[in-house]
Amino acid sequence: MLTYIIRRILYSIPVLVATSFLIFTFVSISGDPLGRLRANPNITEQQFHSIEHSKNLDRPIVVRYGYWVKDAVTNQFGTTLFGQRKIWPDLKRVMGHTLQFVLTAIILSVLIGVSIGVYSALRQYSVFDYTTTTISFIGFATPVFWLALMLQVVVVNIFLKWHVRVFYTSGLSSPFPGHGIHWFVDRVQHLALPVIALCILGVAGYSRYMRASMLEVLNSDFVRTARAKGLIERRVIMKHAFRNALIPLITLVALDFGAIFAGAIVTETIFTLDGMGFYFINALQASDPYPVMAWLMVVATMVIVFNLIADILYGVFDPRIRYD
Amino acid sequence: MTDQPRVHDPNASGLILGPDVNLDVPAGGGQMVDRAVPGDSAAQYEYGLEIEARSQWGYARRRFMRHRLAVASVVVLACIFGAGIFANYIAPYSYKEIPYVTIAGTSVIDTSQILAHPSRQHLFGTDSAGRDTFSRTLYGIRTSARVGIFVGLLSTLIGTIIGGLAGFYGGWSDNLLMRMTDLFLTLPLLAVLLTASKFLDSSTPTTLAILIACLIWTSIARIVRGVFLSLREKEYVEAARAAGAGDLRIMLRHMIPNSVGPIVVAATLTIGTAIALEATLSFLGFGIRPPTPALGALLDEGQEAGLDKWWLVTYPGLLIVLIILCINFIGDGLRDALDPTQRRVRA
Amino acid sequence: MPEPLLSIRDLVVEFSTEDGVVQAVDGISYDLYPGETLGIVGESGSGKSVSTMSLLGLIPQPPGKVVRGEAIFKGIDLLKISKKELRHIRGNEIALIFQDPMTSLNPVLKIGAQIDEAIRTHHPEEKNDQIKERSIELLRTVGVPNPDRRYEQYPHEFSGGMRQRAMIAMSIANSPSVLIADEPTTALDVTIQAQILQVLKKAQDETHAATILITHDLGLIAELADRVVVMYAGKVVELGDVHTIFETPRHPYTVGLMESLPKLNADDDWLRPIPGQPPSLISRPPGCPFHPRCFLSQGRLRCREEEPPLRPIGGSSHLTACHFAEELEGHTGPLVESVGAGV
Repeated sequence: MLTYIIRRILYSIPVLVATSFLIFTFVSISGDPLGRLRANPNITEQQFHSIEHSKNLDRPIVVRYGYWVKDAVTNQFGTTLFGQRKIWPDLKRVMGHTLQFVLTAIILSVLIGVSIGVYSALRQYSVFDYTTTTISFIGFATPVFWLALMLQVVVVNIFLKWHVRVFYTSGLSSPFPGHGIHWFVDRVQHLALPVIALCILGVAGYSRYMRASMLEVLNSDFVRTARAKGLIERRVIMKHAFRNALIPLITLVALDFGAIFAGAIVTETIFTLDGMGFYFINALQASDPYPVMAWLMVVATMVIVFNLIADILYGVFDPRIRYD
Repeated sequence: MTDQPRVHDPNASGLILGPDVNLDVPAGGGQMVDRAVPGDSAAQYEYGLEIEARSQWGYARRRFMRHRLAVASVVVLACIFGAGIFANYIAPYSYKEIPYVTIAGTSVIDTSQILAHPSRQHLFGTDSAGRDTFSRTLYGIRTSARVGIFVGLLSTLIGTIIGGLAGFYGGWSDNLLMRMTDLFLTLPLLAVLLTASKFLDSSTPTTLAILIACLIWTSIARIVRGVFLSLREKEYVEAARAAGAGDLRIMLRHMIPNSVGPIVVAATLTIGTAIALEATLSFLGFGIRPPTPALGALLDEGQEAGLDKWWLVTYPGLLIVLIILCINFIGDGLRDALDPTQRRVRA
Repeated sequence: MPEPLLSIRDLVVEFSTEDGVVQAVDGISYDLYPGETLGIVGESGSGKSVSTMSLLGLIPQPPGKVVRGEAIFKGIDLLKISKKELRHIRGNEIALIFQDPMTSLNPVLKIGAQIDEAIRTHHPEEKNDQIKERSIELLRTVGVPNPDRRYEQYPHEFSGGMRQRAMIAMSIANSPSVLIADEPTTALDVTIQAQILQVLKKAQDETHAATILITHDLGLIAELADRVVVMYAGKVVELGDVHTIFETPRHPYTVGLMESLPKLNADDDWLRPIPGQPPSLISRPPGCPFHPRCFLSQGRLRCREEEPPLRPIGGSSHLTACHFAEELEGHTGPLVESVGAGV
């Protein structure tokens, strides 16, 4: 088991390096960070070149990559191009906020999705099954941003009509959220809608997948053996069927982790949350490549770490994998 | 009865949907008569054993028709896309039309029409400049359809070629492809797309479509690679090779026809994904820029007008959901029809 | 003649499929006596597995359905009792050994744990270490080397033959009165088959259980069975003790089965399969199910119209379902030599 873990970690490192190079090249090539300066008539040729030189922008790309990596590791990703603002403190702050609601969304969607999927499989073709299948299909077809918008619309119109504030539609917290439990409730009220928006797609996906996986396992020979041994049905389902059906879901959740950040970008923009997504959009709109690169790098790292955890979990649950 | 695989039949249409299933031995003697599909040849009749040769396309068609939701979706989608394509003729107003009214001899903007609720004249209401949302939605559908189909075709082309080569030749090219797709997976697609569209120009439907296609092809490539890898080991490929067939011929004649099923399904679903991506990008302001109509942009403007004008946000969005829903159902039906190897648990 | 341990009468099992209702088992009856080995022979689709699985309620109820029939085991009708009572019998009084040990064992649980489970389900009062000891003992009985180490291993670490041994160990864990072995050697290499046969025999000796051996392999029947039931298209077509069946088969299907086996001592150039295909089970033609392929029938009207009942021929313990079985008189079974050697 230990060798398996070590091997997975060692494998992740070159992926990380390659990804960093990819990010850097991609962002550098696609845009000309000094485009605005170049077009500015007030800057002389000389000033332009000195700025270029100070930022090492006149060197070949591999060298620039080297500088960037050095900056990333030693200087905490350095500073933004325009405004010279330190990148890392901002990034750290928004990362905390985003993880709050992204992790909640993942956990909720797995719990709810798996439960629905298992129950649908056990009650195949029932009203519950058909209803949840239909809702799942609709969930798949709904772009996250529209769902977020609709949630906002509903809540806002409820507020306008009946003056009941169910949830907040923007911001992370109210201006004076208080302490302890008050702060917590306030935060929950603010994050509820974004979490719901992110959850729906996850619930749709996991419930469908779990249902299919469960149905397949329920038809397998070893479940038949378990029944033939005289086990009560509940034990057959929980100990034999469910455990096996759950395993492939781990990979699915891991794969989805990256996509969750995409959802976060959208929801944070709509709900104006001070999170990574919002940060990213702002950086892009300012055409500032360094925060963009830092952001992509941080997300890639998180995805790789998450995949690593998922691989290890897979090894815990499925003994066949460990001896690869 | 012999089981000659039709693959080597020079007179066959060439498009085969499954390498191993050719002769259908349906159950029940004497009951098969009413299920004969036109163009089939009934083989010998023995008491209690009636064997019918059924063409692959007929089989696929029959399976698709059984999937009622898929069939309904085809109809609905055709209507929606049709309405979009013929928006010029159908839309009651033009995209940019702002209602004017003559007051005291001069043409002034008719403010009474601004932000109107849905009504008989304006099915989806009007926006902050008095423009008819229904018409704008229709034009937006046209753009979405264009982008979606273009992405579908282009990404399928790229994905099939690259995935096919990787799966067929294996070795380092396959490894390279796999590493590349893995790398693509570590970064969220939307983030990469946003970055690319910001720094490259993607304001027209065509450029945006190309951009999306260049990032989406990996999923199709994976599928094609998988199919080719498994087909590589099949006996008829070996036989064709032994008969002297070259690589290209094997790929075109044997492998591609047998991967049509999964490719078509994946391509269909890609169209839906592309439409969703386009809408998201346009909504965030990174995709298609005005004046080209886009559903996402409509929603963006709707949001700015204020959430109490819920119709501006609801109806165009519902239409997006409906389009993607239909595409997904069609993809599901196609999967049932064309990919009999997948153990389908009926939805 | 002692009392039968298990008595099946007129069992009918149907499956609803997309294409119609399939009668997998169409009215079969046979008995199982204590301590004997009853072999059930037939092709795929003859209903041999379905008939035994339905006894323990292991047929998924939609789409399957036990339409009628009774199966009396120790005085109770297995087809009529509640699920709870059935669970007490499964793995306890009646145990199953399945065909493919690779897929019949849970891949994520240790072998030891799975055997423990079989014991603990029916003896919940026993302590864990006692159960563990018993499981290791069982593994030793079926011939698994290093049983204490193997106890901690997972199914994928076992070879095919060892997995089947583990399955057999699981099935005899609670000393059942009836063992049902469904094609126990089909999924294994030929060389391993002989070993597993030995294990089965040993398991029988240890438990004194009556065994139902389901197979399409006549060699296996010759080795192990005391009596034979021949099934075709969901019906019993012949029944008798093994010597009689092999020496004097009295049903054209049985004859055909034996003729179709290649014989080392004969000088044939061609194999002699039974011509035609098994019938579709959805809409059976009237009359005898075998007549389209029967060499004896030759298209006779009675075969085509009247379904032959299972009736005694040449002694009350030899039954056949053929109108013209008498015409096979004098026909000696082609495998007589092999039967003499093995049994």
